[in-house]
Amino acid sequence: MKRVIWAVVAVLAGLTVGVHAALAQASPDPLAAASQYVNAPKPWQWWFPEAGSPMQAKIDWLMQYVLWIMAVVVGFVGVLMAYVCVRYRAKRNPTPSHLTHNTLVEVIWLVIPTILLAVIIVPSISLIYYEADDSNPYMTVTVTGHQWYWEYNYQAVPGLDYTSYMIPDDKIDPSQGQIRRLSVDHPLVLPIGEKIKFDITSSDVLHGFYLPSLGVQRYAIPGTVVTSWTMIPKAGTYFGQCNQICGINHDAMPIEIKAVPMADYLAWTKMAQQDYTMNSSGPPQFSSPKPVNEYADVSVTK
Amino acid sequence: MSFTAHDDHAVDAHVAHDAHGGHARPGFVRRWLMSTNHKDIGTLYITMAFIGACTGGMLSEIMRQQLMYPHNDIITSGAKWNAIITAHGLIMIFWFVMPALIGGFGNWFVPMMIGAPDMAFPRLNNMSFWFLAMGFIFVMTGLLLGSGAGAGWTLYPPLDNAQYSPGLATDFALFSLHLAGISSLLGAINFIATILNMRAPGMTMFKMPLFCWAILVTAFLLLLAIPVLAGAVTMLIMDRNFGTSFFEPAGGGDPVLFQHLFWFFGHPEVYIMILPAFGIVSHVVSTFSKKPIFGYLGMVYAMVVIGFVGFVVWAHHMFISGISTDSRIYFEVATLVIAVPTGVKVFSWIATMWGGSIEFKTPMLWAIGFIFLFVIGGATGVVLAQAGLDQELHNDYFLIAHFHYVLSMGATFGVFAGFYYWIGKMSGHPYPEFWGKVHFWSFFIGVNLTFFPQHFLGLAGMPRRYPDYPDAFAGWNFVSSVGSLISGASTMVFFYVLWRVFSSKVTLADNYWGEGATTLEWAVPSPAPHHTFEDVPVIR
Repeated sequence: MKRVIWAVVAVLAGLTVGVHAALAQASPDPLAAASQYVNAPKPWQWWFPEAGSPMQAKIDWLMQYVLWIMAVVVGFVGVLMAYVCVRYRAKRNPTPSHLTHNTLVEVIWLVIPTILLAVIIVPSISLIYYEADDSNPYMTVTVTGHQWYWEYNYQAVPGLDYTSYMIPDDKIDPSQGQIRRLSVDHPLVLPIGEKIKFDITSSDVLHGFYLPSLGVQRYAIPGTVVTSWTMIPKAGTYFGQCNQICGINHDAMPIEIKAVPMADYLAWTKMAQQDYTMNSSGPPQFSSPKPVNEYADVSVTK
Repeated sequence: MSFTAHDDHAVDAHVAHDAHGGHARPGFVRRWLMSTNHKDIGTLYITMAFIGACTGGMLSEIMRQQLMYPHNDIITSGAKWNAIITAHGLIMIFWFVMPALIGGFGNWFVPMMIGAPDMAFPRLNNMSFWFLAMGFIFVMTGLLLGSGAGAGWTLYPPLDNAQYSPGLATDFALFSLHLAGISSLLGAINFIATILNMRAPGMTMFKMPLFCWAILVTAFLLLLAIPVLAGAVTMLIMDRNFGTSFFEPAGGGDPVLFQHLFWFFGHPEVYIMILPAFGIVSHVVSTFSKKPIFGYLGMVYAMVVIGFVGFVVWAHHMFISGISTDSRIYFEVATLVIAVPTGVKVFSWIATMWGGSIEFKTPMLWAIGFIFLFVIGGATGVVLAQAGLDQELHNDYFLIAHFHYVLSMGATFGVFAGFYYWIGKMSGHPYPEFWGKVHFWSFFIGVNLTFFPQHFLGLAGMPRRYPDYPDAFAGWNFVSSVGSLISGASTMVFFYVLWRVFSSKVTLADNYWGEGATTLEWAVPSPAPHHTFEDVPVIR
């Protein structure tokens, strides 16, 4: 019994020291690590963003798998049509045949598409199960859509609840690495390498929580919580946009994620708790958060 | 199939009418406002579709001009933008594609093809049209009144409830759907009664031309789907104006319920728009290959199966609305099943051409274009049906590209195929072949240039219904907007074709397409007389 207690104490002590050491190592700006790698849309991009999560990597794989099969189908139909148009044009084939039935052919074009669909369905269903498995997350963030900003509530960090507004066009500073229509004043900060669950909801109309580089998308629906999850292996900045029409500023509520190493994340939560906590004395007010952003007034200019 | 029709004395519609009708030639008001004649009502529907297409097309040109460059300032108000996208969707569906294919060509040719003197309920037919015309006034009011109705054509609450869309505009848009819905419902009842009861002797169900089958299946889809839309729209109107809370979470309602009801209508609606085009394409392909349809029975059953399965796949529009994992799997698999009967149709068209003696007249070009582009749209449909991929692609430009490939190219190419195929029968005058082909090729290039790059935008993650976007999306958006200008110029060519048709002095023979055209409408004069058959045609 004594031995067990000692072991627990030792582990706890080790953890405390470890966390402190990690905090000591954290850089002055805990989000600096995220600016090393920016996963944003590129000019003339014609494929998915570089996969920022295993989920997006799986989506990318399945997309290529299905698209290649469908490309073969489209190519086959195209070649067939081109052949028919050349071979059976009136000049070359003046007398038409009157062929209207061929049981074998008709069975073949029922069976082969069915087999192709079966080939597609198998990996597709396993992806659905993978995407649905939001069990045992390291942490959960409640994401609430508002007209027209996002609110992030860290369920495990008392009082850490803040709003995230788009930086309006006239305040964008490209020298700071800000991207027009994508950068926000207070990004969502997440630790890398951990499973993160999103509890997505809305306070007013429908919104869409859409992170293309992470393969995450769910509607934010008032009165209900829809869940999804992600795991970001690489420190960096990731973007998303609202993807369900939500009123006049639908295009002005992007999502910016800073994924940083755990030590930086922990350092950031300390700072953020002081900076962002709105109601450190009272219970958190999810429904009407006090905007902490600098752009709350100017962002509604349209 | 062979037939006899006693038409030798009916040279001109009005001569025949006056000679046999025993009453005076109707004046303008009586003929066009109180019409009970299926051809006149069909003409009214086609006129409505023309107005709808021009209005909806103009809205899309405005949208593409705004999106040509990032941070553009053609539309500076988000409210106006949302009103435009909403009106574009509603008008193109309810006031262009449906009146052209169902009310227009359906009214004109279903009675003729089955050897019926007119529709079963001529006055009901008139009423259907005028409900639709009133609906157009309502939807335009919804666009222009105040800041406009701006919840998107899907009308999802809570955005269009009284709190977030105050003002009458949204009510007008909702009531316009009621009017269009009643119109379609009455039209559907009329078509079902006509097709089931008024076929000429010998015209058995399985001798019936495929266009009539397409309209019959479409009418059943309308009959079952429209009441659900009407219910959902009524509940929305009640929520907005009478304090109910069907879709209000605060009152125990559920916004997702609306999505279920809407798509229970909305998915069959997709087939409502494309099945009549399938029918037209079948006739055109058969006529210009000079061959009967390959696998007629398979074609009929494919349409019936598509119609049936179309009713049990609706939640594939809701993969990210928080439906359960098992629901996602069911709706994915059910959706994919539709690819099989659709494949049967495509392969049967190609088999119809196989061994034929193909003439590439303008209608045939539209039909071939339809088949190929519809296959591309179908292929991206199979992609989007994957619930796992929809999590990435839902609501982005990949989806926009997909449904414009099946609608802006599929259904619209079907409309133009039907137009060039039948305009001689409807007007009595030929269209200019050269300009018809110019119209086809310019439109083909325009729409492909508009919508193919949108696949890339979607994959890169551009969301729909955005008036402004991050600068990285500028390149493909520019290409897409240039494409829309080409389609716009192509429409000018179409106007010229129309002018040439209606100013032409040439009159056409009964069957101006020759041996390939075997259905009953080719046995009557061009233009078809006011009363098609003076005697009952007998099909042997």
